[in-house]
Amino acid sequence: MTTTPVSIEVNGELQTHEVEARLLLVHFLRDYCDLTGTHVGCETSICGACTVQIGGKAVKSCTLFAVQADGESVVTVEGLARDGQLHAIQQAFWECHGLQCGFCTPGMMMTAVQLLADIAKPTREQIAHGLKGNLCRCTGYTHIIDAVERAAGAQ
Amino acid sequence: MAETSRGPYVGKSMKRVEDPRLIQGLATYVDDLRLPGMLHAAFVRSPYAHARVTRINADAARSAPGVVAVFVGADVNQSCGVVPCAADMPNLKNPQHRVLADGRVYFVGHAVAVAVARDPYAARDAALLVDVDYEPLPVVTDPERAIASGSLLTHPDLGTNVAFEWSLSTGDEAELERLFRSADRIVRQRMLHQRLTPTAIEPRGCVASYHRGEQSLTLWTSTQIPHLVRTLLPGMIGVPENKIRIVAPEVGGGFGSKLNLYIEEALCSHLAMRLGAPVKWIETRRENMASTIHGRDQIGEYEVAVKNDGTLLAIKSRTIADIGAYPQLLTPAVPTLTGLMLTGCYKFKAMKMDVIGVYTNKMSTDAYRGAGRPEATYLIERMVDIVANELKMDPVQVRRLNSPKPSEFPFATACGLTYDSGNYEGALTKALRIARWNDLLDRRARARQEGKLFGVGVSTYVEICALGPSKAMSAGGWEWGCVRVEFSGKATVITGSTPHGQGQETSFAQIAADRLGMPIEDVVVLHGDTNVAHYGRDTYGSRATVLGGTAIVMCIDKILAKTRTLAAHMLDVKPDDLTFEGGRFSAKGKSVGWGDLAPAAYVAKNIPPRFEPGLEASSFFEPENFTFPFGTHIAAVEIDRETGEARIVKYVAVDDCGPQINPLLVEGQVQGGIAHSIGQVLFERTVYDEQGQLVTGELMDYALPRAHDIPPYEMGSTVTPSPSNPMGIKGVGEAGTIGATPTIANAVMDALYPLGVRHLDLPLTPEKIWRAIQSGADDRGGDRIPEADRSAPRYTAADVGDGALQVGNV
Repeated sequence: MTTTPVSIEVNGELQTHEVEARLLLVHFLRDYCDLTGTHVGCETSICGACTVQIGGKAVKSCTLFAVQADGESVVTVEGLARDGQLHAIQQAFWECHGLQCGFCTPGMMMTAVQLLADIAKPTREQIAHGLKGNLCRCTGYTHIIDAVERAAGAQ
Repeated sequence: MAETSRGPYVGKSMKRVEDPRLIQGLATYVDDLRLPGMLHAAFVRSPYAHARVTRINADAARSAPGVVAVFVGADVNQSCGVVPCAADMPNLKNPQHRVLADGRVYFVGHAVAVAVARDPYAARDAALLVDVDYEPLPVVTDPERAIASGSLLTHPDLGTNVAFEWSLSTGDEAELERLFRSADRIVRQRMLHQRLTPTAIEPRGCVASYHRGEQSLTLWTSTQIPHLVRTLLPGMIGVPENKIRIVAPEVGGGFGSKLNLYIEEALCSHLAMRLGAPVKWIETRRENMASTIHGRDQIGEYEVAVKNDGTLLAIKSRTIADIGAYPQLLTPAVPTLTGLMLTGCYKFKAMKMDVIGVYTNKMSTDAYRGAGRPEATYLIERMVDIVANELKMDPVQVRRLNSPKPSEFPFATACGLTYDSGNYEGALTKALRIARWNDLLDRRARARQEGKLFGVGVSTYVEICALGPSKAMSAGGWEWGCVRVEFSGKATVITGSTPHGQGQETSFAQIAADRLGMPIEDVVVLHGDTNVAHYGRDTYGSRATVLGGTAIVMCIDKILAKTRTLAAHMLDVKPDDLTFEGGRFSAKGKSVGWGDLAPAAYVAKNIPPRFEPGLEASSFFEPENFTFPFGTHIAAVEIDRETGEARIVKYVAVDDCGPQINPLLVEGQVQGGIAHSIGQVLFERTVYDEQGQLVTGELMDYALPRAHDIPPYEMGSTVTPSPSNPMGIKGVGEAGTIGATPTIANAVMDALYPLGVRHLDLPLTPEKIWRAIQSGADDRGGDRIPEADRSAPRYTAADVGDGALQVGNV
């Protein structure tokens, strides 16, 4: 099996591994970097559970090869909290009961972070449309929208 | 009798203790487990709905890099038992569901072979290299045609497609026929409850590890029912129950789809023993859509006998349940729950329901959120609207007229159940008030004047929860709990109800902290590992908080009774002199708390005579009855005439689940449930084509609700305690899904009423609505509402003043 070296800065730390060219970014993060907070829900970019940020943009890591992210800077859910302080979006999801089973939550929050970077004070409608690439089957979304709204207020 | 709160936590909206690990990516779902030497399994599945497997060549797969082994049916079926069905259905014809196909496949996704390799990519490569020759056979997909004489057979060996027949009726059927003969009118409607895919965002998966020294097995599996799996797995793999440990780690949603023992769990366990290494399998989404249970899929003909004044007399139903190719764990029980709830919250004098379960070449149906009750509520709430239409009465008035009053509880239904408590009028009035009902009717009138298609819908629902008394359940309906006040004076609470997102680590801590008089930070709730939570009946049927919570209350009461004697001994007073408050026993100006009591109980030097050391108690709670939560939901929809798209513009939910432990979590459960209904009413449908091919085989093809599909909610509650348990609680996990489906459907049908459309089956997609707008006809091209009736006023202004309402959280 031919492998190729891939170097990705993940949550501020350089990760270099020899990987197959077909290795998906999500598996690079989960299996090579031991960052299992990023989840696989559909393998087709529909559910968004695998959402991470590359260069500040939310992307679905289940349909991106690790080699495509070579040299990039990736942030996963594990990189949101800083110095033991939860990120505003994490705090808001907690306070608003924005999660139940928690499986979609890391991807949902990574999308929300970019949404708030793009629109500082989004309307509820803008939030709902901004989250359309992320599926949640537990909450019915209302508490998630509450959480993003609260995080926007906290910024 | 329900007790009032004893402390600061129960009844308070609190954020969850489980969340910090979940929001930081620190939780451990089954796919996050890595064991030394772990192998990975990948399945080869049938692309045909029905075929003979004429040849399997796995040579290339076996010699591929990293591949350890490939197994086909002949390699494993003699070593593994068949998939169990635990539903109580004596006449069930069960076609022996083996772990891998035995020469023949019966549905798309039927497992034919399994490849095991050192990494998951190699395992998938190997599965693709397995060469299977299929000889396609005729396919059974239409359950109605399947029971006609001379039909093709799903399982030729059974000689019939009828899996089971089941009937429920009110005692004397002659009375039913008499009521139908004496009725002023008989209202008939055929309705279809479409097949749905539960779609937990975490697919299924498991890791099995066999410990040769101990001859014991550990299975980590994404399941709602670790305890039932532990009880049933021995029958499939031969390891005794007391050598099996099941762990449900973090579970990413279930909705009934993980309320099962599946072939993959048994086969991975078998292979871990056979190969001497841990075996992991993680379901792909494609597998999840094809090979994890589906829900609903009933076709019913319903007849209601009514009087011209709106009195509902009797109801009859003939229901065909498409159960797919095999019964899974509870498949036959789902339509029986529909039968038990057929009469909804109405005073029918008699009912009869005949169910035929039919095999087809599809994946099994089984319990999906609500499991038979959404079907019952949908059909009865649609029927009440159709009855009101035919009688030119206000649907709200028909509901009021036929509902039992609070003084009529406990209320014996025509289906043979005893509803524990209820105030249906209270919830209805409150919902009308929150909806500003009369303003809403004005808004509808204005919209219609402007030529818009605008409708309102109401549903008054009742559900059966806290499943259930053991006498009514096939495998015990009790729940187990254990509470230990540790040496440190902090408490460990262990529950046999295994939550998978509902939040019982928080709500059970609230219950325990209040009752023990401890700070909530001092209480830890454990669950999901059968080596820790030794017994349980797990989480389904909105049972965990009612049954699991009550078991914990019973444990704590045992501990408090015991601790009272210890406290009396330590303080040198009589036990009866002691008061217990804030975690301290006090008398005569002296007091002692957990920090003193717990070490004394464990050091056991200064204890009363015959005092058993330690502070631990376990309990099995056996309920006397189910609980029957209820409520009223109201929706308003506007339909785009050009596209047929229905948009929910207002949604009101008033739910009564008894006293609420944590209103924030109750709200989350209701909102999540309503979203499932929005999906069922407007988008979702699992589609097999005539060849039995699964058309909705990926999330790209199956329309789940997204954030922008959700309307703003106005939510309220009423509180009618259940007499069936000490906290008076009723359960809320499925309420939203049960209440909302008919509400939204009724609103859409109200919007289409002026066009003459009587009934459309779900889902009410833009295309279906658009076609109805063009034709004024129902799905089957007939049954228009008479022209003269279309302008009849449906719904009238209601008095929603400050009538006697119980306190809620609006």
